[in-house]
Amino acid sequence: MSVIDQSKIRNFCIIAHIDHGKSTLADRIIEMTGLLTSREMQAQVLDNMDLERERGITIKAQSVRVIYKADNGEEYIFNLIDTPGHVDFNYEVSRSLAACDGAILVVDAAQGIEAQTLANVYLALDHNLDVFPVINKIDLPSADPERVINEIEDVIGIEAQDAPLISAKTGLNCEQVLKQIVEKIPAPVGDVNAPLKALIFDSLYDSYKGVIVFCRIKEGRVSKGSTIKMMATKATAEVVEVGYFGAGQFIPSDELTAGMVGYITASLKNVKDTRVGDTVTDYHNPCNQPLPGYKKVNPMVYCGMYPADGAKYPDLRDALEKLQLNDAALQFEAETSIALGFGFRCGFLGLLHLEIIQERLEREYNLDIVTTAPGVIYKVYKTNGEMIELTNPSNLPEPSVISYMEEPVVSAEIMVTTEFIGQIMDLCQERRGIYYGMEYMEETRALLRYDLPLNEIIYDFFDALKSRSKGYASFDYEMKGYERSELVKLDILINKEEVDALSFIIHADTAYERGRKMCEKLKDEIPRQLFEIPIQAAIGSKVIARETVKAMRKDVLAKCYGGDISRKRKLLEKQKEGKKRMRQVGNVEIPQKAFMSVLKLDKD
Amino acid sequence: MEKQELEIYIHIPFCVKKCDYCDFLSFPQLNVNYVPALIREIEEINLMGKEAKNYIVKTIFIGGGTPSILEGEEIALVLKSVYKRFEIDSNVEITIEVNPGTATNNKLKAYQEAGVNRISLGLQSINNEELRELGRIHTYEEFLENYWLARKIGFSNINIDLMSAIPRQTVESWNKVLEKAIKLSPEHLSAYSLMIEEGTKFYDKWKQNILKLPSEEEERLMYYNTKSILEAAGYHRYEISNYCKKGFECKHNVGYWRRVEYIGFGLGGASFINHTRFSNVNNMQDYLKGADDNWEHLHQEIHQLSKQEEMEEFMFLGLRMINGVSIKQFEELFDVTYQSIYGTCSAQLVKDNLLDINGDRICLTEKGIDLSNCVLAEFLL
Repeated sequence: MSVIDQSKIRNFCIIAHIDHGKSTLADRIIEMTGLLTSREMQAQVLDNMDLERERGITIKAQSVRVIYKADNGEEYIFNLIDTPGHVDFNYEVSRSLAACDGAILVVDAAQGIEAQTLANVYLALDHNLDVFPVINKIDLPSADPERVINEIEDVIGIEAQDAPLISAKTGLNCEQVLKQIVEKIPAPVGDVNAPLKALIFDSLYDSYKGVIVFCRIKEGRVSKGSTIKMMATKATAEVVEVGYFGAGQFIPSDELTAGMVGYITASLKNVKDTRVGDTVTDYHNPCNQPLPGYKKVNPMVYCGMYPADGAKYPDLRDALEKLQLNDAALQFEAETSIALGFGFRCGFLGLLHLEIIQERLEREYNLDIVTTAPGVIYKVYKTNGEMIELTNPSNLPEPSVISYMEEPVVSAEIMVTTEFIGQIMDLCQERRGIYYGMEYMEETRALLRYDLPLNEIIYDFFDALKSRSKGYASFDYEMKGYERSELVKLDILINKEEVDALSFIIHADTAYERGRKMCEKLKDEIPRQLFEIPIQAAIGSKVIARETVKAMRKDVLAKCYGGDISRKRKLLEKQKEGKKRMRQVGNVEIPQKAFMSVLKLDKD
Repeated sequence: MEKQELEIYIHIPFCVKKCDYCDFLSFPQLNVNYVPALIREIEEINLMGKEAKNYIVKTIFIGGGTPSILEGEEIALVLKSVYKRFEIDSNVEITIEVNPGTATNNKLKAYQEAGVNRISLGLQSINNEELRELGRIHTYEEFLENYWLARKIGFSNINIDLMSAIPRQTVESWNKVLEKAIKLSPEHLSAYSLMIEEGTKFYDKWKQNILKLPSEEEERLMYYNTKSILEAAGYHRYEISNYCKKGFECKHNVGYWRRVEYIGFGLGGASFINHTRFSNVNNMQDYLKGADDNWEHLHQEIHQLSKQEEMEEFMFLGLRMINGVSIKQFEELFDVTYQSIYGTCSAQLVKDNLLDINGDRICLTEKGIDLSNCVLAEFLL
């Protein structure tokens, strides 16, 4: 059978800062190439999950194939690969980029370049992608395309004079984008006759088809019936189906050949076998070397997740298992807490990933979840030379056997308008940042470079950044490594009993402040009970902060009138029900929301 | 066959004006069709399959609203309909609530002639400013007039309702309320703390934080003072909020706590008959319609109590009485040991100094009274 002419294929992605209109442009491309009429379009076709639509971010890589008929009558196959848009998913982004030959850089005509724009462009250039810019949102009153064009040329150093000036929202000038895709993005080159070599850039689990592998064929070909092998995970399977991506559906085809983007289904039951970045080859006729760049992604942030209703523990396990089928980065293992009972210690790529999982558990699986404070992985070096990786603060060894501890540090780039530089530097200072320099992008904007401990940014750094810069700062980071640090375990004692679910690791300098705030917050959240309840924050045996919940003095039933006993009973039942929703620690009842509230200690 | 005790409650859901703290069922306008409908209900209603002749009526309580809005003749007609259907105990207690400012010589005389032998006067405060704050329609002076009128006519069992913890009240002003009330020498005193109920004017104000309520400490001090001042004056506390001279306990209310059977006639009236609790509809039009279609839809929330619920009620109602409940009675009634049902629960409450077990009797401690909601909720199984 005939092989598709590679010169008529364009594989590309769209890169942009969050909210600069990446998904909207993708929608326009799909609409204008006639894959869907505008009536069939649900805004932003590629963002599949409700969550993605609500948050306006892309979590899973998506892909779509469209046919573009050029003015000269030639037909081109466009494979648009939509990349995740958040630092938590940096690795997935890099693999999606590796599946492309070029990238469209979308920049907001009003806001210009942001930290994430830069990070993504660098990533694209690292992968040798040809990048061409598009200026979006030129219909905004505050649009200043001239300035943005100059900024792109000055800061990134790519030609931008002929960048299409578009409004992806209204469709204005979007046909120019299609033209430039043909002109500026190179066609794939790959030997169709070489052994199969395909890059996995995503995979998902479908209850009917099993694992569906999203891949870019670099060399060779694959069709139904052949046996494939994942070079890193060593998994092998017989191909059941191959095909390409329609809008929101899979369209089977006879084979996939070099240069194409498509999917493979095989008798695989778990996405663990089909890791993003792995190379698919032919089991009987393997290629010599895998594609470069594969790594196993490991969780960076850990927290405990417990069912609000202890009886739902098996349901939570089932739900996590199901989510994991589709999310190889999610890790979990069973643990128990004295305060919260049976639950799981879960590992995530970052806080957004954590929040997404939590929301999906609550929405899709209807589970009420209590989450403990998220933390990073600390390295604890013991006096006997042993090193342990600590994901649960409760497992910290006795201070006497600890030699020292290390915490993960990230290199961060923060883009900010000059008027807020002071505030942002203060913020980084408070979060124990180490200043590495500042570059002016243009007169009014600067790029700050800091090293920051990861545990200082996983809580609310992003929110703080936004609020202190009135929304003008943007932020990107990558892991730098582990550094030695003065870390302590802060414990919370309620009525003299340690509540394990509230313990966390913190830098010694900020422990006092944090302990004080936690005590204050807990005092507000724990209802008065029959006796006085001291709430203490302690490091080891030393109490550093204390609040007291006063004993309840009065709780008397009102007048019982005309023998309306049913109403009195309802009141008492409500009282009893309220008690049920509490967690018993020692003889103190702690409402579930108290555990959550301490995660959100605003800076005020 | 021995007759069973029965209590009768009659609801008169009309007020001249609703008080700002009140969430009971009442209307500002007297409905002329109400009393005739009420009389038909008393005469015709099905008693959950029980026969009126099996009962002997021990108490009748005409409450509201403001029953004293009704003329003497109307009250007489209502009571006559009760006498017509039920046998009445010779020692019956018949109470009517009187709102100061609504009683006249003729009305009170007519009530007495109709059989009423106990008057409950809603005074709440002796301080006219506090009365205004509560949204009451009367002054202290008007109350005094009504009180002495009742005495002159010959009522020898009078209750005065007082309310503590009302906005702007101080411990001193409350003490004065108590002292003045004692001087009047009523047979019975009810002293409740103000509760902020949803759907009242007070609730809205409280939400807006403009209600100047006494602090919790002051409120508790008022409660303790109530006990000490009234006890020094010869009143004993027999229920969390009720005091009386010896022998003048309100039999009707005690009946509620002792789980005597009762029927509530009138709009929204609650009943407890044959192990079943139910209430009348709350909507006036629906109620009045009942008189026309033979009361088919009068009763709502009909609930037959399980044994477990009866045990729970026995405890959480009985414990409102200062002398509490009898273990022996519990065991005889339910044919179980008290220990097997409430042993663990009681032991913890005793340990927390909330409950006192003395031989056969179980009662709340002073601290248990303060926190009665928490304690009583523990008895729900």
